[in-house]
Amino acid sequence: MIAVLAIVWAWLLVLLVLPTLIVLKIALSYPADSVPPYAPMLPGLHVSTDAFALILSDPLYAQALLLSLKVAGLSTAICLLAGYPMALAIARSPERWRNLLLMLVMLPFWTGFLMRINAWIGLLQDDGWINTIIVMLGLSPLRLLYTDVAMYIGIVYTYLPFMVLPIYARLSQLDGRLLEAAADLGAPPWQVFGAVTLPLSLPGVWAGVLLVFIPAAGEFVIPELLGGPQAQLIGRMLWQEFFQNGDWPTASAIACALLALLLLLPAALLRVGRTTLSRRSS
Amino acid sequence: MPAGESNVARSHCEERRHQAVSTRTHIWLLIASSLLAITAVLVAFVVPARAQERVLNIYNWTDYIDPAALERFQKETGITVHYDVFDSLETLEAKLLAGHSGYDVVVPSNEPTFSRLIKVGALAPIDRARVPNWKNLDPGLMRKVESSDPGNRYGAIYLWGTTGIGLIPDRVKRLAPDAPMDSWDLLFKQENAKRIAPCGITMMDSAIDVIPGVLKYLGKNPDSTDPTDLAAVERTLMGIRRYIRSFASGGTLEALAAGQTCLALDYSGDVIQAGARAAEAKHGITVRYVAPKEGAQLGFDMLAIPTDAEHKDAALMFIDFVLQPEVMAGITNTVRYANAVPASRPMIRPELLADTNIFPTPEQMAAFFTIGPVPQAAARERTRMWARFKAGH
Repeated sequence: MIAVLAIVWAWLLVLLVLPTLIVLKIALSYPADSVPPYAPMLPGLHVSTDAFALILSDPLYAQALLLSLKVAGLSTAICLLAGYPMALAIARSPERWRNLLLMLVMLPFWTGFLMRINAWIGLLQDDGWINTIIVMLGLSPLRLLYTDVAMYIGIVYTYLPFMVLPIYARLSQLDGRLLEAAADLGAPPWQVFGAVTLPLSLPGVWAGVLLVFIPAAGEFVIPELLGGPQAQLIGRMLWQEFFQNGDWPTASAIACALLALLLLLPAALLRVGRTTLSRRSS
Repeated sequence: MPAGESNVARSHCEERRHQAVSTRTHIWLLIASSLLAITAVLVAFVVPARAQERVLNIYNWTDYIDPAALERFQKETGITVHYDVFDSLETLEAKLLAGHSGYDVVVPSNEPTFSRLIKVGALAPIDRARVPNWKNLDPGLMRKVESSDPGNRYGAIYLWGTTGIGLIPDRVKRLAPDAPMDSWDLLFKQENAKRIAPCGITMMDSAIDVIPGVLKYLGKNPDSTDPTDLAAVERTLMGIRRYIRSFASGGTLEALAAGQTCLALDYSGDVIQAGARAAEAKHGITVRYVAPKEGAQLGFDMLAIPTDAEHKDAALMFIDFVLQPEVMAGITNTVRYANAVPASRPMIRPELLADTNIFPTPEQMAAFFTIGPVPQAAARERTRMWARFKAGH
C-alpha cells in the first residue's frame, strides 16, 4: 500500500506540482526578445510582478474571467438538468438494458473530440443540416454557428457524460428498500424523490458539477470553433497573450490566476455542500 | 437450522468478504499499473526519437504549395518530406519562439514575424553558395525586404501579395449600389458596412495585418505607434463592429467561394483562389479581389531556416529546388500568388499574368506600402485593442 501511495504522490508531484511551479516561474519573469521569449528569473531572483499587476489592473481580464464563470455555471446547470433525469432513468431501467444505455452515453468518446465539434459546425452552419430542415419546413433559416447558442450546445454536448456517469454511479448503489419504506410510510413519489433519492445522490451531483464546471471554465476550443467573437472567455485571452502577443509571463499569470480560482471555488462549493448536508441530517 | 447448512452459509459469507478484499487490491494494482504505463508513454514522447533517414520538415501556410513540386522534390532527392501547415503567423511564431520546433523550412511573412525571428536569433543565415538558384530572384523585390532583413541574409522571397478586400461584386452592388468598389470606404464606412452586413462581412482575425491598413485609410503613418492614432483606429473599427459576422484566420477562402460571406478583409492570393474555386463550383458566384486605392499592405512570405533545424542540408536543397523557374511557375499557377523569379513568367498561365491583382502595374506598386518592425510595447497595445474590438466593448 505504501508503494502505491508513493506512486500516486510522485505522479502528483511530476504532473501537477512541477508544471505549476514552472508556470509560476514564467509568470514572475520579464518578457524578452529571445528564445524562449522571457528573461529567466533565476539566478539572481529578478522577480517581476508586472504580469500579475497587468491582469489585475486591466478590466479586460476580469470581464473575461466573469464571462467564463457565467458560461461554465450556465453550462453546468443545463448539464445537471439534462443529466440527472438521464442518470435516474438508466439507474431505474431493467438490468439488461443498463449496460447498453451506459454504452450509449459513453459512445461519443470513441470518436475524436475535434471531429465531433467539427460535425457540429456542419450541423449548425448557415446551409447546414439543421437549417436545411428549417427551410424545408418553410421557415426562414436561423443564424446558429458563431453564436452563444452554438457555444452552449457544444459545451453541454461535450461535458454531459461527465455529469451523467457520477450521478448514475451513486443512484445505482441506492438501496431500493429505502424507497419502498418511504412509499410504505405514505410518501407520494415526488416526496420519495425529494426526501430520499435526491439527498442520497448529492455526492454524485457534486462530483458531476465539479467535473463539468472546472474544464468548462477554462474551455478554449469550443468557444473558438463554435462561439462568436464576442465570447472572449479567459481561455481565449490566455491563447491571445501566448500566441498573438508572445507574452509568456502574462499568459502564465492568467493560467495561475485561473488555477487558483478553480481550486478555491470548488473548495468553497464543497464546504457549502457539506454544511447543508450535515444540517439536513442533524 | 441444521448445523451443516449454517456452516455452508458462513463459508459463503467469508468467501464473499475475501473476494471483496481481493477486488479492492486489484483496483489499487490496476490504478498503480495504469499510472506507471501512462508515465512510461509520456517519457517515451519526451525523449525525442532521432531518425537517421533523410527527411525534411516543412512548415508552410495552408493552401500555399503546388503538390506536384513536393512530389518532384522527393523523387529527385530521395528525401522524405513531412509537410505541415499553419493558418496564422502567430502560430508559427509561437512554435519557433518556444524553440525545438522540429521544422527545417518555415515560411514567415516579412513583417512582423520574419524580422522578429531574425532579431531573437531564431533563424539561421542562408549559405548562398549552397543555393545556386538564388541568382533567379528579382533584385528589386529583394531590396524591398531589406527593411526587415538588411543584406537579405536570412531568407529568399517565396511568394508575395497584398492585403485588401475580397467581395462578391453583384451581391454587394445589390445592397449598396452607390458604394465605391475600389476603396476601404466599402468596409470601414459605417453606412456601407451596415447595408452589406445582411449578406455577411468577415474580418481577418489578425491585428498585425488589419491595423496598418486602417492607419493608412485614416491618412496616418501605417507604422504609427502613437496612442491617439491607435484610438482613431479603434473608433473606426468599433463603428463597424456590429456589422461583422465572423472573425476568421484561414477559412475565409472557403466562406467566400461558397457565398457564405460577401465582403472579407483578406490576403490577395486567398481571395483569388476563392474566385477560382467559385468558378469551378459553378454556383453562379463570382469573387473579386480589390487592392483599395488608398493603399494596400505588401506582404512577402520568406523561405527561411530555423537556427535549430536538424536537416539544414535538406532545407538548403529545398530552397534551391523551389527557386527554379519551372517549379516557381507551377506554384504560382496553383496558388495564384506572384513569385519573385522573373524567369518563371513565360510558364505562368496568361490569365494570371494579365491579372493586375496578382502582378500589379508599376503605378499600383507605387501606392502599396510595406511596414517596418513594431516595438514590443506598441504591439501589445495593438493586440489588447484588437481583443476589445473582437469582444465589442
